[in-house]
Amino acid sequence: MTRRLRQIFRGLLPSGRRRPGGWRSEGQACDAIEIARKRVMVTGTVFVVAFGIISYRLIDLGVLRDPSADAARAKTTTAQPLPTGHRADIVDRNGTVLATSIRSWSIYADPTIVGDPARTARILKHIFPSLNERALTVKLSQNTRFVWVRRQASPAAYQQVLRFGLAGVRARPELRRIYPQRTLVASIVGSIDVDNKGTAGIEAAMDTRLRTDTHLLQLAIDLRAQTASRRILLQSIKYWRALGGAAMIMDVRTGEIRVMVSLPDYVPDTSNAASQDLQFNRNTLGVYEFGSVFKILNTAMALEYGVTHPHEMFRVDEPLEIGRFRIRDTHPILKPIDTGMILIKSSNIGSAMIAQRIGGVRQKSFLRRADMLSKLRLELPEAGTPLYPRNWRPTNTLNISFGYGIAVTPVHLVAAVAGIVNDGHMVAPTLLQRANGLPLWRRQLVSRTTSRVLRHLMRRAVLEGTGKSADAKGYLVGGKTGTAEKAARGGYQRNALLSSFIAAFPMNRPRYVLLVSLDEPKGNKASNGYATAGVVAAPTAREIIERVAPMLGLRPRTKPESDADTGVWTGADRSNRFRGNQQSIRVAQDTGPSRSGQSRYRLPRNTLATPGDNR
Amino acid sequence: MRYAPARTDTSIIGRWWWTVDRWLLAAVSLLLAYGMVLTLAASPAAAARLNIDSFHFVRQQLLFMPPALALMLLTSLLTPPWVRRSALIMLAGALIFSVLASLLGAEINGARRWLPIGGLVVQPSEFIKPAFAVICAWLCATARVEKGFPGRILATVLCAAVLGVLAAQPDIGMAAVVFSIWICLIFLAGLSLWLIAAGIGTVASAAVAAYFTFPHVTQRVNLFLDPASGDNYQVDRSLGAFINGGIFGKGPGEGTIKHQLPDAHSDFIFAVAGEEFGLLACFLIVGTYAFIVLRGFARVIETNNLFVLFAAVGLLSAFGLQAIINMASTLHLMPTKGLTLPFISYGGSSIMALAVGTGMILALTRNRAGGTL
Repeated sequence: MTRRLRQIFRGLLPSGRRRPGGWRSEGQACDAIEIARKRVMVTGTVFVVAFGIISYRLIDLGVLRDPSADAARAKTTTAQPLPTGHRADIVDRNGTVLATSIRSWSIYADPTIVGDPARTARILKHIFPSLNERALTVKLSQNTRFVWVRRQASPAAYQQVLRFGLAGVRARPELRRIYPQRTLVASIVGSIDVDNKGTAGIEAAMDTRLRTDTHLLQLAIDLRAQTASRRILLQSIKYWRALGGAAMIMDVRTGEIRVMVSLPDYVPDTSNAASQDLQFNRNTLGVYEFGSVFKILNTAMALEYGVTHPHEMFRVDEPLEIGRFRIRDTHPILKPIDTGMILIKSSNIGSAMIAQRIGGVRQKSFLRRADMLSKLRLELPEAGTPLYPRNWRPTNTLNISFGYGIAVTPVHLVAAVAGIVNDGHMVAPTLLQRANGLPLWRRQLVSRTTSRVLRHLMRRAVLEGTGKSADAKGYLVGGKTGTAEKAARGGYQRNALLSSFIAAFPMNRPRYVLLVSLDEPKGNKASNGYATAGVVAAPTAREIIERVAPMLGLRPRTKPESDADTGVWTGADRSNRFRGNQQSIRVAQDTGPSRSGQSRYRLPRNTLATPGDNR
Repeated sequence: MRYAPARTDTSIIGRWWWTVDRWLLAAVSLLLAYGMVLTLAASPAAAARLNIDSFHFVRQQLLFMPPALALMLLTSLLTPPWVRRSALIMLAGALIFSVLASLLGAEINGARRWLPIGGLVVQPSEFIKPAFAVICAWLCATARVEKGFPGRILATVLCAAVLGVLAAQPDIGMAAVVFSIWICLIFLAGLSLWLIAAGIGTVASAAVAAYFTFPHVTQRVNLFLDPASGDNYQVDRSLGAFINGGIFGKGPGEGTIKHQLPDAHSDFIFAVAGEEFGLLACFLIVGTYAFIVLRGFARVIETNNLFVLFAAVGLLSAFGLQAIINMASTLHLMPTKGLTLPFISYGGSSIMALAVGTGMILALTRNRAGGTL
């Protein structure tokens, strides 16, 4: 074998035999041939290496790779030659079409074949009245082979074009994206550009999925509830002459977002023309200081960290001063109140006192666990990033306790509150229908006990606190108002408010969290000039709940409400579950500011306005 | 060997039979046979796509085969001086027609390479390759033997001229092969190792500079390094074919890649082989090419005639490089170049030019009186 090989590749394979020496004496030519021979060997080696690499690659592909993996890859690759412009339909949770593609004809012309540009243009103008006849005549007289006449015309219009038998006028099929729900879900579904690429909303976020998978994409949105909520919010915005508003309903167990309305809105087909203002999704992209609704979080974290209990008494009759800041309540509460009442009556002073005990580090860590410090994670490209103090000073801690100095998107807030009322189980919010009903579990935000206490307190805030007008009969609504002064350069504007109400219902077993907020509502005579959340947002929330809850599978309750329904935690529990009242008053007196003026918090007054007036 | 000419037969045919390298002849015939089988497998799909008779390409290939064989055998009858002379004529003709093609030819796939001559569409640049190898070899060899003959400079000028003609079409794959032949030959002709090192350094730094300067180069290279970063449909499918083929292949006609790639019967025929006939068949093809190149090197390494040595190594390198570039790009080892797989891919001009080139190799590797061959 070796001998045979040697015979075939004589000269290249190493051999002991010396070549005849005759040509060694031929001088330069001999040197040249000697060098050339060596270099032919080098060239040969290079070829051997190259062929070796190719062989290795063949083994790598043919033997070491898994064909089934390639089959999966091929599936996605071959999915591309689908008809151009193919996109999967988008439907709501009930299968109602939110976005679909229909076949249309894009009509073009080859001017070199068009015989009579003027006549052709006249006929086309007759079919498409919006065309500019003169401009079209000019286009049809150009010396090119291709001009567009009309993109994405209806089949009926194309049929008419065919009937005229115009020379040089042709059409190519194109799929056209249709949004039958118009403005209703525009900010969620988004839009595409002429190249069939998603530019906003779900269309952009799920672009690849929509283009490669023919199955329809089901959203969690309930179109009926969306329609009703939008109408009610629109009326409310008009009545209160607000700049805009947002409403959102999330299923607390699955994280599915059933309603997401951002007003003002726009017609999707004209999205290119719609201004950025109209396309702005308040629910996911806008970040806001929500004010007092944050007291829910403050109370929850206080109970969770064990710095207080629901019946500890606090004296909140005097403004709390720290550094240059003064924290006040709009309506001073002269009697000592307990932790629960601080939430129910929405006391800034009390909340700040509790926050002082929690401390900035724990407050920040809790908010981080509530996903409130990270960019929104949702199936939309329009995701807002929260704003919060980079340097978390004690004054920030106090402000954040009643919702100032931190700005989050409505989705952030709803997800965190949903986690608190849902036995502490926090799930990731989603716009997509959860096919198997399994939520994307995030974490246990608070204990079940804390969750029960908060549910009770939120219900009482509606029954006896600031949110009375949100009480939709029979749905055991619990909630919290939040009237925030909007930040402007250098401070807060007293008359530019963001009035919000966050509700959970039914409070005995919460299923949904609703957030309603109105941007800069104006008070009127009927409201005595007030445009605070309790006056503006709470009634809107009630209307939405009354209208939408049945659509979401809830029945109004006819039995009278009992403590067992609403609170779960009843008065009888007080003595054994929590420490007694007497002791708590003492604790509060130890730490709170005293009337005598000896408190360590009493510092020189300053003139800087505090973000206050929260209810 | 009963029907072979007798050893004592001194006719042209007789002498040819006993002096030609029959191993090479057999290997080339083997390649032609593979080519027929693979064209049968791959081209009906291409024909169907073009809406022409399914066996159109098969018939065309069969039609080209006898003249190609005849041309190869006729060329192999030439003596070295006649190889040189015919190469000179061929180079001149091919260059002129290539220029005509880039001026008058029809544009196909963004390049003007084809010229209609007497009812046939010819790609003249295919014939540049073997002719250039021979002429460049002659210039280099003469420079080594005769003092004062500026062979290397002439070879460089010639190379530049040819590259200019090819770049005008443009035909980057062919230009790469021509450039490689030139490098190979001046290397054989004793270019100093320092200059070689400097050359490699310059080319490498130019490549790096091009990567960072020209966005389209950056894009191409990135796409090559990371196939997921863009549309790499052809290469992706091609690799899939080898993976699906496995060791023994899916069986003749069972492949799917030929329906997915437009050039399955020409540029990507190796992938068809990989999918339908498997790893072993691919080894056979690679082995045959390696055998031809190395066997040819082994034959000429012992000659005393510098021109014969250079010309044969140049022609063999051109042949081997073309095979390697085609296979490597099919296997995604280098960016796609649009070169055919010698004797296996469909293509009339390609096969005729290869026949001439191989004929010249056979002519140069014949046992000859005076040499050790």
